[in-house]
Amino acid sequence: MDDVFRAIADPTRRAILDELVDRDGQSLFEICSRLTMKHGICSSRQAISQHLDVLQGAGLVESRREGRFKFHFLNRKPLEQIARRWLRAQPRENNS
Amino acid sequence: MRIHLSSVLVDDQEKALRFYTEVLGFVKKTDIPLGAHRWLTLVSPGEANGTELVLEPDVHPAAKPYKAALVEDGIPCTSFAVENVRAEHARLASLGVRFVQPPTDLGMVITAVFDDTCGNLIQIAQMKELPQ
Repeated sequence: MDDVFRAIADPTRRAILDELVDRDGQSLFEICSRLTMKHGICSSRQAISQHLDVLQGAGLVESRREGRFKFHFLNRKPLEQIARRWLRAQPRENNS
Repeated sequence: MRIHLSSVLVDDQEKALRFYTEVLGFVKKTDIPLGAHRWLTLVSPGEANGTELVLEPDVHPAAKPYKAALVEDGIPCTSFAVENVRAEHARLASLGVRFVQPPTDLGMVITAVFDDTCGNLIQIAQMKELPQ
């Protein structure tokens, strides 16, 4: 789970996830356009590509080829593990 | 100095001519046979003396890998201005044009990106009126 926390510790990577929530299945160009125009993040395309690699390493983003195109999709599963571990965990003892 | 020509590298000039005129609505201006290929240019409708778009054959060995790399990352090298991106998206989609990015509001501009069927991605853009 360390890689998930490392991935979401960075504000640019959180902005990428926000934009994939807005519309799933984006090209690198679309992600870069949204970060620049909506978030004022003017990192290079190469830097954004590296952020995507980190998100993919943590399992939060998947990229799929469709013919000549490559699109990036959000994967919420690793975040659900966080919710299951702490938010939905039942206390073992009642303090009543 | 002024901008006179801009080029798109196309895999088939005849197919490109059909797509850029019949689907997109540009008007053929110059068509001169040059051996295996043609000097083929288009203008915007109603702008016969405006900037010309050259449908340039992508025969140089560097052209195809260059185009493929741009397409993979979703990058359009050419952008056309439209009055209404959402209306143009609906019109082109109904004609079977494949969009890799639907109309997207980016603040100052609304854009969409489609496949020109000749190996390129093309952006259409609608500049929003800036608040006074």
